[in-house]
Amino acid sequence: MTRGRPRVAVVVFPGSNDDRDAADALAQLGAQPTLVWHGSEQLPAVDAVVLPGGFSYGDYLRCGAIARFAPAMASVVELARAGGLVLGICNGFQILCEAGLLPGALRSNASLAFVCRDVPLVVERTDTPFTSRCERGQVLTIPVKHGDGCWHPGPAVGSTNVVLTYAKGHNPNGSVDDVAGVVNNRGNVMGLMPHPEHAVEALLGSTDGALILGSLLDAAHERALAVA
Amino acid sequence: MLVRPKGGILDPQGDAVRSSLRQLGFAVDTARVGRVVDLELEAASPGEARGEVERMCAELLANPLIESFDIQLVE
Repeated sequence: MTRGRPRVAVVVFPGSNDDRDAADALAQLGAQPTLVWHGSEQLPAVDAVVLPGGFSYGDYLRCGAIARFAPAMASVVELARAGGLVLGICNGFQILCEAGLLPGALRSNASLAFVCRDVPLVVERTDTPFTSRCERGQVLTIPVKHGDGCWHPGPAVGSTNVVLTYAKGHNPNGSVDDVAGVVNNRGNVMGLMPHPEHAVEALLGSTDGALILGSLLDAAHERALAVA
Repeated sequence: MLVRPKGGILDPQGDAVRSSLRQLGFAVDTARVGRVVDLELEAASPGEARGEVERMCAELLANPLIESFDIQLVE
């Protein structure tokens, strides 16, 4: 059977700025992305959801605190609770933590500086739908660009929630235990501060982001087949 | 209501403020920065108002993982 194109919803909030980058990267990798406005109460039928980077609602109150209550989020939460695939990138990660779909909270970078550079990430788990194309211990080069990426664990966090860490000595924001990306207990929701959508073309410096987005699409394709 | 970073949690903003104050010659030991949210609402009683604001804090105004809050009623 020829591989169909997995359908992915990229939710756009007021202030999101990496939505089209995410959609373009996903399309390049073979997906059928749809930009979904935050005001839509119903998501279209999709195989995965991506919450993109940006400054939704101006980062007012706390990053992602207001976006979590956007009309579209009710559908995203429902999809996640039903086991659907959800990936939050940067602001998307913040929104998922605020929504309680991922453990912990993101705060201001310890340096108080906005950091924009490529960082080396270490893959801690490959048994997730987001890192299946990676090798354990593999180092990925993916850019970060954020001022509030310092992750704090909550009481319920275990080491199995950690999927990606910043390589020793390269933590750009003071995240506890150098955590760069986490997954929920069930393994269907992931958030990461780095931007894989900005690392899918050699021209831009790295294609390592394609490993993460590609893993997501592999899993999305499996789900689409299972339902068909 | 006042929102503060939870005790014991790193507060880089507070540290930056402390450093600046000390540079200006003030003998400050610690500084922690929070935020104030002023709300006007109608309620049947102060108790009800407080309860409403507590719910607002739990849902939106504060992140209980990293923040604590104080409600001050001004009638």
